[in-house]
Amino acid sequence: MFDYLEYIRERNFPHIWCSGCGDGIVLKSLIRSIKKLGIPKDEAVMVAGIGCSSRTPGYLDINTLHTTHGRAIAFATGVKLANPRLHVIVVTGDGDATAIGGNHYIHGARRNIDLTVLLYNNYIYGMTGGQVSPTTPRGKNASTAPFGNLEPSFNISGLAQAAGASFVALGDVYHVQQLDKLITAALSKKGFSVVEILSPCPTAYGRRNKLANPVDLMNWLKDNVVQKDKLDKMAEDEKVGKIASGILWDVEKPEFSAEYDKLIERLKAEKRSAE
Amino acid sequence: MPSSPTGKIVMMQGNDACAEGAIWAGCRFFAGYPITPSSEIAEYLVRKLPRIGGKFIQMEDEIAAMGAVIGASLTGAKALTATSGPGFSLKQENLGHAVMAEVPCVVVDVQRGGPSTGTPTLPAQMDMQQARWGSHGDHGVIALTASSAQEMFEQTIQAFNFAETYMTPVILLFDEIVGHMTERMVLPERASVKIVNRKQPTVSPDEYLPYEKTKDDIPVLANFGTGYRYNVTGLCHDETGFPTNDAKKIETNILHLTEKIERHRREIMRWKTFGLDDAEVCIFAYGGVARSAKRAVKECREAGMKVGLFEPTTIWPFPSEEILDIAGRVKSFVCVEMNLGQMAREVELAAKCKAEIHRVNRVDGDPITPNQIIDKVKELV
Ligand SMILES: Cc1ncc(C[n+]2csc(CCOP(=O)(O)OP(=O)(O)O)c2C)c(N)n1
Ligand code: SF4
Repeated sequence: MFDYLEYIRERNFPHIWCSGCGDGIVLKSLIRSIKKLGIPKDEAVMVAGIGCSSRTPGYLDINTLHTTHGRAIAFATGVKLANPRLHVIVVTGDGDATAIGGNHYIHGARRNIDLTVLLYNNYIYGMTGGQVSPTTPRGKNASTAPFGNLEPSFNISGLAQAAGASFVALGDVYHVQQLDKLITAALSKKGFSVVEILSPCPTAYGRRNKLANPVDLMNWLKDNVVQKDKLDKMAEDEKVGKIASGILWDVEKPEFSAEYDKLIERLKAEKRSAE
Repeated sequence: MPSSPTGKIVMMQGNDACAEGAIWAGCRFFAGYPITPSSEIAEYLVRKLPRIGGKFIQMEDEIAAMGAVIGASLTGAKALTATSGPGFSLKQENLGHAVMAEVPCVVVDVQRGGPSTGTPTLPAQMDMQQARWGSHGDHGVIALTASSAQEMFEQTIQAFNFAETYMTPVILLFDEIVGHMTERMVLPERASVKIVNRKQPTVSPDEYLPYEKTKDDIPVLANFGTGYRYNVTGLCHDETGFPTNDAKKIETNILHLTEKIERHRREIMRWKTFGLDDAEVCIFAYGGVARSAKRAVKECREAGMKVGLFEPTTIWPFPSEEILDIAGRVKSFVCVEMNLGQMAREVELAAKCKAEIHRVNRVDGDPITPNQIIDKVKELV
């Protein structure tokens, strides 16, 4: 049996998440990945925004920083740049990262600073009771879209890739073994790495969209999230409504905090040769 | 710090003096976003910091800059951001996070005219109350002023020392007049400058509670990565750093944020006076305006008028006791400000009707001249 106790803050349980929420599944997957990579707890920092997903730091026994709505990546940029030795993990929701925090999300990606961003996408504002988010699919219901959402939704993985991230993956809380692999790969990557994680919210999203039963939501993930290489081989009509999972983008490019350290070394060398 | 230090004489712009002061104070992290009339601070530090192992980053906006500063500070770095009115507005929410989480850092506001984009290149002192109440929720604030390049240097060091001592953000309320003035100043002997570094835990990680009540009411926050794993949050929290919904603990948390500053008022409060001993009229002025006020006092004195100057260099917490004391001795105050009387309201409250309150205000972007002040004084004596 895997010993989660080593990594959790038992005193803060029971957690705040509803039964059927996917967020706890992500926490366990993250713990397994941290353990697998042997990242020392003292050298790991979790920075979160505001939302149900962003409450994760309370439960994980590493250095944790719960910030303001949408700003986790900005705070995390300060942590990482000031002390590049630290492994910095960002936890953020779809609203947190791509509505109020959209600017930090694209600039973190552009800078390619070494952060592992776990972006929990539940298609809704969970914590505030189910308002429409930038990822709510068109036509779906939310408390602020009672007649069905009129706005198109964001492709938030594609956004990270276009903005310059060096690693982008999509996973979900049904295909957990794959999720472990994706989080492990993202944590190992030097650079701005995003894992978009489909983590269903039965309470605020499901209830309004005929998916109130957590099992139905899990089945929906099972049927609709398909590994990218499998999806590529499927016939066009089969592809409709399916979501590609796995590593979607993985490239090598200069990482910001390392580039800054190189600058410091260069200036030191210049000073030495001038003396 | 001695008021006329001995050391190396240099010509420096106020903003550069502020940046240099930050380095002397031990600042090793700057995050900012360009805005007139503060940008010289960033442009100075971007060149200096990497040469001494420090980090500089231009963020995507002021919200991000304030967040990055807090993140950096939690790793142990002394961190600075600099801005002006519009950017100061954007910083307010994260400034509140630093207050709530008790993260030391320094925020410079080189004031220009507002509201909104206002007058980007012209001086004003319109953010005085925003510095006190700009971020939501009850809390104590430390804010300092300066009326010369020398003081911008010294007050920046002071701001870092206060931040590290009291575990709080400290605001430097400068203005375009002083920020963009190039003048003679003295870089003191290094050894004569007192530098404060925040405390680190002396107990083992098992016994450590980040927000435990200490003797001086100031928490000891371990630098991230040093073996003390704890939680930092902008939510109301107890001594463990974890969020709480317990009414008693919430009250303790909120009262603490005001009381920790109030309790140390004596050590935080600084002011200067000039010709105040036998004065009948007390001019109240700060920042660039205090220079015109000092000149006005000199000229009034030469003309035989009993006029003095009170210049608060700590503006928040407000020197209420000192004002009340002066109010018992003078006939009136003349509050001279480049706003519509933001601090005159505080003087009026503090003076408790013991002296008349008069105002000289200017909001057209032109500095207040000594003559404007003298004309007002003449009406009164
Ligand atoms: C500046 C600010 N605006 C609004 C809020 C209210 N708020 C809290 S959480 C949240 C939405 C969270 O949604 P998401 O990021 O998708 O996370 P989830 O709760 O679904 O995990 C909002 C709007 C806030 N805390 N701060
Ligand atoms: S409201 Fe939704 S996202 Fe929040 S805890 Fe409940 S199920 Fe999870």
